[in-house]
Amino acid sequence: MTEPLTIAMPKGRIFEEAVQLLREADYPLPPEFEDSRKLIIDIEEAELRFILAKPMDVPTYVEHGVADVGIAGKDVMLEEKRDVYEVLDLYISQCHLAVAGLPNTELDPVAPKIATKYPNVASAYFRSQGKQVEIIKLNGSIELAPLIGLADRIVDIVSTGRTLDENGLVETEKITDITSRFIVNPVSYRMKATVIDEMVTRLEKVIVQKERVI
Amino acid sequence: MAKPLVFEKPLGMRDTLPDLYEVKSNVRVTMEEAVRQWGYRFMDTPTLEYYDTVGEASATLDRQLFKLLDQEGKTLVLRPDMTAPIARVAASSLQSEALPMRLAYMAKVFRAQQQEGGRPAEFEQFGIELIGDGTVSADGEVIALMTDTLQQAGLDHFQVAVGHLGFVDALFKEILGNDSRVRRLKRFLYEKNYVGYRQHVKQLPLSSIDQRRLLDFLQLRGDASILERAEELISSTPGYQAIEELTMLREFLEAYGVSDVILLDLTLVSHMTYYTGVVFEGYAEELGFPISNGGRYDTLLSKFNIEAQATGFGVHLDYLIEALQPKEQGRSSQCVIFTEEHRKEAIAFSVDKRKDGIQVVLQDLKGVKDLDAFTETFSDVTYFIGSKKEGKR
Repeated sequence: MTEPLTIAMPKGRIFEEAVQLLREADYPLPPEFEDSRKLIIDIEEAELRFILAKPMDVPTYVEHGVADVGIAGKDVMLEEKRDVYEVLDLYISQCHLAVAGLPNTELDPVAPKIATKYPNVASAYFRSQGKQVEIIKLNGSIELAPLIGLADRIVDIVSTGRTLDENGLVETEKITDITSRFIVNPVSYRMKATVIDEMVTRLEKVIVQKERVI
Repeated sequence: MAKPLVFEKPLGMRDTLPDLYEVKSNVRVTMEEAVRQWGYRFMDTPTLEYYDTVGEASATLDRQLFKLLDQEGKTLVLRPDMTAPIARVAASSLQSEALPMRLAYMAKVFRAQQQEGGRPAEFEQFGIELIGDGTVSADGEVIALMTDTLQQAGLDHFQVAVGHLGFVDALFKEILGNDSRVRRLKRFLYEKNYVGYRQHVKQLPLSSIDQRRLLDFLQLRGDASILERAEELISSTPGYQAIEELTMLREFLEAYGVSDVILLDLTLVSHMTYYTGVVFEGYAEELGFPISNGGRYDTLLSKFNIEAQATGFGVHLDYLIEALQPKEQGRSSQCVIFTEEHRKEAIAFSVDKRKDGIQVVLQDLKGVKDLDAFTETFSDVTYFIGSKKEGKR
C-alpha cells in the first residue's frame, strides 16, 4: 500500500471517544494527537491519515471520496443523507434527538415554528406526525429560541438533559436514539477492501467486548 | 434570488475548454472503436422526451429530472439516461429488427443536483444495451465489454463489483414471506445502511437461525468463495438459480481473461425496482464516485409494450476522464505568420502542410497585438515577412 487510508474525524464532542476507541483497536495514535491544532495528521507507520473536520461535514468528505472512511453521528447522517456506507454502530457518544420547549406551552396553531440545527430531520419528523411546521435554521445555542420567542419548539440532540434543565426547557417528544457510526465511501469500500475490512473487524471486537461489560 | 452575473451558469452545468475537449474526444474515439469491434451499432435519440414515457420508465429519481412544459402543457424531461429512450426505440422504430439487438450510445444526459456543486448536472454517458437476450452469456458479454472499453481508454486500476438481485429477493422472500417486508429490508441495502439493516433484522419476529442467515448475508462480499457460503444460506429454487448464474458468469469472465477485476458483492442493490438480475458497478482508484454501472433490467421494455429481456452498462465519461488524469498535451499545431505581400506564398505553404496532415494556423501579422504571447503556444512558427521566408524555433 502506497496510499494511506484517510479517516475523517469529527472535532469536538465525539472526538475523544473516537480516538479512545481507535487506540483500543490497536491503532497507534500518538499521545499528543488530541492537543494538535493541525487539520491533517499523518501516522506513517500505520499508513493512516487523519483529517479533522466539523462533525456535520464528515459525511461530505467521505461521500466525495477525499476521505475513505469517517466517524459521524447518526444525527448528522439523518440530516445530510449522503451516499455512503453506514457499516458499524460504534456505540459511542450516545444521546438522542428530541423536541423540546417551555413547559405548559402548545404549538402555535397557525404557524408553528421550530428552531433547529437539523432542518431536514425536524421537518421529516413533524411531517410523519401529520403536522406542517415552519423551520428556522440556527447554528448553535438552539435553547435560546423558545426563551426569547423565536420559536415554539426546538429540535436538538440531548445527552444528559442538563442544558435543557438549566434553561427551564422540557423535552416533549423523543425522536430517535443517536450513536456514532463508522461510515465508508462506496468506492473505497471496494478499492481498499482489505484495509477497511480489517479496521471494521478490529473496531467490532472492541465494541463487542465493551457492550458485554455494560 | 439575485440576477445571474454574466459568467454564471445553472448549478452543475460545466464548460468544456479546448484542452479537455481534445482529451475527451480521444477517449471517445477509442471507446467507440472498442464497442464497434464487438458488433454494437451506435444510435442517438432526442434530448427532450415525454415525462409520461421516458421520464416515468427511467431509473433516475424523480427529483433529479429536469422538467419543462411544451406549448400544449405536456410535461417534458431532459433525458436523464439513455436506457429508457433506447428501450422506447427498440419497442417502436426498431421493433421489426431481429433479436438480440446490440446498440450503443454516446450522449449527454441530465440529472439535476439537489444539494450543492461537486457533481455535474449535465454529463456525457457512454454505454451499450443488449436487448432480447436473457442468458448469462449476455450478462457476461456486457461486463467483459465494459472492462475492455475501460482498459482501452487507459484506465489501469479499477474494479467491478457484481451482485445479483435475484439472490437478494429470493433470500428475503424465503425468510420474510411477504413483499412489503422484503422491500423494507431491501431499502436498507439500497441506502447502504448496514447498521439499520442489522437493527431491523434483530427486532424482526424470526427464529434465531433465520436472523443469523440475514445477518450472515451482509458478509457475502469478496471472491468466488462467497458463492459457497451463499448456497448455504439459501433454500429456494430462484436463489439457487441466481448462484448458478453467478458461477457461470465467473467462468464466462474468466474465459475473457477479465476475472481479476471482478469482485462479488451480493449486498449490492443499486436500485429498488429497476434491475432484476445481475447488477454491477465499476470503481477507479482515483475517484470517490462509481465511474460506471449497469445490469439486467428485464421489466423495462414491457413499459413500452414489448416483452424482451435486456442488459447493458453506462460509463460516466467525465468521471472516467477525471480518473484517467490525462497529461496535458502541448498543442501540436504549427503557426504561419504572414504580411500582406507574402499572402500567396503563405497560403500555398499552409495548404501543402495541411495536406500532409499537419495542423496549421495561418495568421495575418496585422491581426496580432502581442506576437510573443501568441506564438508561444505553438510547436513551430514560420514567418513570411519582409524580404524572405524565415523559420523560427
